[in-house]
Amino acid sequence: MSALGKVVRSGVGRRRVQTLVIGLATMMAVAASVLGGSLLVVSGAPFDDAFARQHGAHLSMQFDAGKVSAGQLSKSKDAEGVSSAAGPFRTATVTPRSDGAGPGWPMTVVGRGDPGRDVDEVALLDGRWPARSGEIVLSADSSLIPTMGMQIAFPDLSSGPTLTVVGVARSVTQTADAWVVPSQMPALTAPGSGGYQMLYRFTDAGTTAQITAGGRAVTKSLPPGTAVGEQSWLTVKKTAERDTAVYVPFLIAFGALGLVMSVLIVGNVVASAVGTGTRRIGILKAVGFTPAQVVRAYVGQALIPAAVGTALGVLAGHLLAVPVLAETGEVYGTSSLAVAPWVDLAVIAGVLGLVAVTAWASAWRAGRLRTVDALAVGRTAAARRGRWAARLAGRLPLPQPVALGLARPFARPARALAMGTAILFGAVAVTFTVGMSASLGQVMKARAHDAADAVVPAPLPDFGPQGPGSGPEKQPKADPAAVAAAIEAAAGTGKYYSAATVRATVSGLTGTVNVIAFTGDASWGGYTMVSGRWIDRPGEAVVPTPFLAATGTRIGDTVTLNGLAEPVTVRIVGEVLDPRNDGMQVFTDATTLTAAHPDLTETSHHIAVTSGTDVTGYVDALNKDLAPLGVTARAGGLDAGGDMVVTLNALSAILTLMLVAVAALGVLNGVLLDTRERVREIGVHKALGMTPRQTIAMVLTSVVVTGLVAGTLGVPLGTALHGWVIPAMGDSVGLRLPGSVIAVYHAAELLPLALGGLLIATLGALPPAGWAARTRTATALRTE
Amino acid sequence: MITPVIELREVSRRYDDGPPALHEASLTVRPGEAVAVLGPSGSGKSTLLNLIAGLDRPDTGTVTVDGVRVDRLGEAGSALYRRSKIGMVFQFFNLLDDLTVAENVVLPARLAGMARGEADRRAAELLELLGIDRHARAYPGRLSGGERQRVAVARALMNRPALLLADEPTGALDTAAGQDVSELLTGLNAEGQTIVVVTHDLALARSCTNRTVRIADGRITEDVRSQAVGSQVTASEAVR
Repeated sequence: MSALGKVVRSGVGRRRVQTLVIGLATMMAVAASVLGGSLLVVSGAPFDDAFARQHGAHLSMQFDAGKVSAGQLSKSKDAEGVSSAAGPFRTATVTPRSDGAGPGWPMTVVGRGDPGRDVDEVALLDGRWPARSGEIVLSADSSLIPTMGMQIAFPDLSSGPTLTVVGVARSVTQTADAWVVPSQMPALTAPGSGGYQMLYRFTDAGTTAQITAGGRAVTKSLPPGTAVGEQSWLTVKKTAERDTAVYVPFLIAFGALGLVMSVLIVGNVVASAVGTGTRRIGILKAVGFTPAQVVRAYVGQALIPAAVGTALGVLAGHLLAVPVLAETGEVYGTSSLAVAPWVDLAVIAGVLGLVAVTAWASAWRAGRLRTVDALAVGRTAAARRGRWAARLAGRLPLPQPVALGLARPFARPARALAMGTAILFGAVAVTFTVGMSASLGQVMKARAHDAADAVVPAPLPDFGPQGPGSGPEKQPKADPAAVAAAIEAAAGTGKYYSAATVRATVSGLTGTVNVIAFTGDASWGGYTMVSGRWIDRPGEAVVPTPFLAATGTRIGDTVTLNGLAEPVTVRIVGEVLDPRNDGMQVFTDATTLTAAHPDLTETSHHIAVTSGTDVTGYVDALNKDLAPLGVTARAGGLDAGGDMVVTLNALSAILTLMLVAVAALGVLNGVLLDTRERVREIGVHKALGMTPRQTIAMVLTSVVVTGLVAGTLGVPLGTALHGWVIPAMGDSVGLRLPGSVIAVYHAAELLPLALGGLLIATLGALPPAGWAARTRTATALRTE
Repeated sequence: MITPVIELREVSRRYDDGPPALHEASLTVRPGEAVAVLGPSGSGKSTLLNLIAGLDRPDTGTVTVDGVRVDRLGEAGSALYRRSKIGMVFQFFNLLDDLTVAENVVLPARLAGMARGEADRRAAELLELLGIDRHARAYPGRLSGGERQRVAVARALMNRPALLLADEPTGALDTAAGQDVSELLTGLNAEGQTIVVVTHDLALARSCTNRTVRIADGRITEDVRSQAVGSQVTASEAVR
């Protein structure tokens, strides 16, 4: 081994703890960067990623099986602009009833022999594809909760098949609610109903016009009037992005925090390591090393643990990313997200490059030092700094070890600043995460309107003549008045309201909007007002922000709802937070629609039980009364959006833990360097009678001021970051967020958050403090 | 019968796989004695001092100082023992450069929890006694070697120790400063302070101690009592 190699090896081996810290910090930084970078990539185009992987259909079309044959449809694959196509597949709209799941909503079943490959490759999330009649794969997005082995019956069909769920899958373009083998389809198709599905990919499909042109080209070769419905991938993409767009700023903020933190900690660790090796570098020069050799030796000493840490970090990042991306994939509606190789390469190159550059810059300075000056480093430096602080602390009525510790940061201000910055970032991350979690909870609460203790879900809303709920298989509607009477009579009912959904058009807007009509006071149901007030009389309405933006209206204006039996004009009295249905909703009182839509039978009922009532017992008792009416109550609100919140909260917790760990490592490194430099001084203290407990107190106290200051600064900065990101999240989906979503920090929470900086500092300083306390006094006194 | 200040019984200490640094050494030091421990480098002098100071523990044997079984003490116990029974003077002073002279001197008392006013008064007395009170607010870096060692001695005496241990106290000093420190130790001993000095310096041993212990290869090879050389000079006289 060359002299240079020996120096590098001995340097790495001699400073084992610092080597370990460099390796660990690098590992943490790389793991956070791999995860953060991957999330940034994923958050950038989650739908596009899934669409590309699963070869999603640009256009899925429904055809009337009575008007067109499978052979004619097969020929449509050759239409101009079609690059590939799948189908025809038989389709049927059926209303299932699963064991133990109560009445189901209508669903579209498609007969496919396999998950497909070139067009709309259905991703199997669990189980397997159906192999024979009697088996079914449910979409993960199905209204039925997909459970393997679950039996599904179709009581409305004369043949009455019962299917067993053998798999759970997802189509990126949402082409079906469930899939069966083609031979199963006749048993699922009522006489005179059913249809075909064709899935097309086009050469050009980037715009609505191109999709429309593609659809025209396909139908041109078919008999007129055979197409009964179509769905563009752009529509699905818009829907998918609406769900995820809220969370993109969150992922970007965390990814950026992780990367900045990584840069900070690696730079700090390596610069500190090189800085404390300056005297050694002087010795190397004294024995004949050239400045270039010195620089290379020290860059090598920094790069070896950094390289090991990087390798372990990539591994850890992948291990961490697998479940996180799987969860995120679920959120994004795809099942095949993975760490992009270029993220690995970029992180490896970036971190190692950063380590090398930082080490080179510091070693270059030391290399240029005159040997005699380099040798003097560590013997004469820093002694003059911070004396005023030592004197001041000495006058305070504090135990001597505490006073000595308090003055320490002022003797090494640059190091204290570096540690403080690491703690600051950790405190910002914790504050940001706590606020983000609270805000997400508020958004989900507002989205779910889940304040009710129990709910009786509504049947599927009226989709119109072509909707999946039409036809002879449609389920009989329960009488809302009878349901309300049963609720009213039930013991334990506190208050309740009913909500019916109808569709209407609004002048100047294309498409329809949901009109939710309430019977009873729904203001307690979890509707979060952004501005204005809740409805309190017929003719009034509250609407989400996107509705106001789309219609160019403001609170106080009126809008007319068309498409009902007669036009209905309502006055907007409030702006409500509700991102569902693109925010195109109108909430009003049921009596407003009495004349325009008297048949409000598709109604959900929301109940708050009286204080002290057991909700489970209440629901069980109520269900006995509701059974004859064909509806079922269940505990909890309508939709808590639980999986997404759990995933995002888990993600934020993991990232925060990593950031805090890296911050604590930064403190560990700084205090370790400090105690190593002061080992002789600590030895003197111990020789004079300083006990191990006092030694620990002195070392821990040395980071108290830094931790408190960084924590105190971190809280307002974290709060400010939160106050910037949260509204950006709202803006990304056209929502104005109310104060309840943004102002989530309470005074009682801010103090513990500020003390979080102290906690990070203490955690980081504890190992070196223990080391200092354990160091043998005689050894310390001999140390130079 | 006078209780000895130091009582070592068949003390041995070996580091790693090397030869014993100290082998079955026994030594008794009575109150008021000034003992010089002489020997070449690596003979075991510093090991003996470290064992007496509670900085190290013997593999076998017992170490008792002023009634305290030092070999049985843990880290915290050793610290409390040093704080109350021992004053230490080092070859390279081991003063803290970022504390003033007065702050250095007062440090052991403050660690022991002595009230600030009382500690300051005691430090002022010692600084005056040792003739360095004019440097009280100065930093050690501005003092000469002899003055720094006086500060170290003042610090060692702060808690009125039963035993003053000095490890090559003149080793880093020029001849004049070494003579100065020698006279200081002689004066302290004359006032009853028990002293153990580890040194290469035969002249120092002759001038300020009344007993010489020689160590070679970890064994005590000679233990000779001489005339009380310091009886003619008091500490107060030494500083004049």
